[in-house]
Amino acid sequence: MTRRAVVAALALLLALATPAWAIGDPAERLPDPALEARAAELGGQLRCLVCQNESIEDSGADLARDLRHIVRAHIAAGETDSQIIAWMTARYGDFVRLRPPFNPTTALLWASPFVALLIGGGAAYASRRRAVAPPPPLDAAEQSRLRELLNP
Amino acid sequence: MSPELGHFALALAVAFAFAQAILPLWGAWRRDARLMQAAPAIAIGQLVALGTAYAALVWAAVTDDFSVLNVAENSHTLKPLIYKISGSWGNHEGSILLWCLILAMCGGAVAVFGRALPASLRARVIGVLGLSACGFELFALLESNPFARLWPAPVDGRDMNPLLQDPGLAFHPPLLYVGYVGFAIPFAFAIAALLEGRVDAAWGRWVRPWTLAAWCCLTGGIALGSWWSYYELGWGGFWFWDPVENASLLPWLTGTALLHSAIVVEKREALKVWTILLAIGTFSLSLSGTFLVRSGILNSVHSFASDPSRGVFILGLLALVIGGSLLLFALRASLLSSSGLFAPVSREGALVLNNILLCSIAAVVMTGTIYPLFADLLFGAKISVGPPFFNATVLPLAVPVFIAMSLGPALSWKRADLGAAVLRLWWVAVAAVAAGLFALIGMQALPALAFGAAVWIILGAIGEVVERIRLFRVPVAASAARFAGLPRGSFGTTLAHAGMGVTIAGIAGMSLAQESITLTKPGEGVPLAGYVFTLVDLHDAPGPNYASRVADLRVTRDGAPVALLSPSRRTFPVQKMTTTEAAIHTTGFSDLYAVLGDERDGAAVLRLHYNPLAPWIWFGALIMAAGGGISLADRRLRVGAPMRARASAAAKA
Repeated sequence: MTRRAVVAALALLLALATPAWAIGDPAERLPDPALEARAAELGGQLRCLVCQNESIEDSGADLARDLRHIVRAHIAAGETDSQIIAWMTARYGDFVRLRPPFNPTTALLWASPFVALLIGGGAAYASRRRAVAPPPPLDAAEQSRLRELLNP
Repeated sequence: MSPELGHFALALAVAFAFAQAILPLWGAWRRDARLMQAAPAIAIGQLVALGTAYAALVWAAVTDDFSVLNVAENSHTLKPLIYKISGSWGNHEGSILLWCLILAMCGGAVAVFGRALPASLRARVIGVLGLSACGFELFALLESNPFARLWPAPVDGRDMNPLLQDPGLAFHPPLLYVGYVGFAIPFAFAIAALLEGRVDAAWGRWVRPWTLAAWCCLTGGIALGSWWSYYELGWGGFWFWDPVENASLLPWLTGTALLHSAIVVEKREALKVWTILLAIGTFSLSLSGTFLVRSGILNSVHSFASDPSRGVFILGLLALVIGGSLLLFALRASLLSSSGLFAPVSREGALVLNNILLCSIAAVVMTGTIYPLFADLLFGAKISVGPPFFNATVLPLAVPVFIAMSLGPALSWKRADLGAAVLRLWWVAVAAVAAGLFALIGMQALPALAFGAAVWIILGAIGEVVERIRLFRVPVAASAARFAGLPRGSFGTTLAHAGMGVTIAGIAGMSLAQESITLTKPGEGVPLAGYVFTLVDLHDAPGPNYASRVADLRVTRDGAPVALLSPSRRTFPVQKMTTTEAAIHTTGFSDLYAVLGDERDGAAVLRLHYNPLAPWIWFGALIMAAGGGISLADRRLRVGAPMRARASAAAKA
């Protein structure tokens, strides 16, 4: 079994189990408030792999606690955010990132706002062009008929 | 006995639904007045049958009839009465039955309130509602029968998920479902219009109140759900961009767009085709929202496979309803011609912009929600799409909506002068920029921008009224007379827009939240945001079907008492689950929020939050729904007007 299959199986198992939310433990936190804020911000971008769409900061699962600990250990060791994300991605794949990276498989996802706006704007423009096309001017025969109608 | 009665009533309702689908539509097709006139009675018959079925289910739950599988799995003798009742919709089978009941109520509402509708239109609307009811009631009867028996009956039930045993969640599903299913009425009107091949201002006038009513309920339902997650899940968040939440947000976004485009149909006879498409789209999103999420397709492909017949039935039904209506749209939409022309800069133009932006947001949210599934199926890539993605993509699209919210109502119909509108709103713009700059002192750019937007929207909404009553430009008495003469619909707009501004301010305020997690012994105090939270006592307290551990906290500010907070943890022995009950003290401008965590060595983990402006998030939603309600009152008067005129004409003759 590949690691991904294991993760998926675990996710399924825990999705059926009762959800647990993090209450937090003061002992987990970094003593420096600035570093702790950075850790919380970074943790909010990382998925608790065994939960339904929860970040490791929000989840009470054991794995989330371990990952929170890892993030803080790396931050305390002076690593940058991108180094830590790279570390996580190397182990758990892009699945761990709640903000998916831009690559060929996610291009459509990140392009969706622009595509939606283009389609919407294009449709509005097209229907407007259709709607406001003025009727062609009257030709000579129609003009004379109009005069007849108006001045009998 | 009564479960069998309920089962029979459900089967009867299916029969009624088929009659409701076939007879009126056939009658409208053949121009048979008798068949068309049968529609309201059949719709009411279906409503009575489903009401009986639902009452039987509630009765089984209230009387602890554990021979009914659904009750045995979701109830318990010790469960409080209110949760026995709300438990009837707190599970899959019951919620599907509630869904069907509300759909039947829609048919009944059109039957009762739609007397003034043209006969063929009313028959077709009721027929289309019956047609959708057929599918979903068949699903309830065949695939998720809530009255299935269990033998031998267990001595006691398995109880309901404790998280659902909460007053907020007791009322959240019915309200949300009325919102979801309420969009069936604009959908039915849209399909009926396609069948008739005609859409006019009167059609717009009929559709708008129904849309508005559904929209109000959906707004309230979403707000109630978000409020529940705020106080029940216990970590101070209110919106998580979860697939289930997104599923409710999607019809809200397109429903809001529909509400606005229906105005253009009614006032200007333009955007007809688009409005029809939006009505179809909104109901389709409601359907997908309720059923796809429920079947587990969105959360995980695996749980879908766990009950393939159910999932396949749902998918088939969705494909039939959505595909069928889109096919009809493709075939018949060309019959509908719009007559109202307008310049790009005009009230209509602003409403078109609103529609494009709202639908773009909906498209992005939908893409983000289903993309992990597609990426897995198409590329074999396991990815996650979470809050950081949605925040990054939705906010840039929302900002122009916010700007247009105040500018749009200031523009005139057909052709408007943008410069004049901006000039009229100069004081609002100055106030908004000042508020944003002032906020920038204490916070980051994004919340400051949101504060500016909130001020812009709230003052813009008020400014619209000020402009209409010509305050300070005519004598005060004249202004007061103009104020009294304003149609309720324009108050509704003002309130709904201002409510949105209040919600935005609340969300921006939440970004300033402070929290503290500490291990505290009784007698110790924790300072947070100028307050001191002192842990007075830790003790046990019994509950009806749980045992709880309570922490008593005294909150003081500068030594003066502010509040007593008693957060607790509840242990439910039957479901072997613990929930946290947050304690919240609200001042109207901020929430003090406390959660009790684990205990060790006589000390307790306390998680304390200070959430500025948090209550505004839901207060704003309440204002929005109230604005819709006031607007509805106006609609009813105006829709009733032709009848009064007819009566007076008859009197003259």
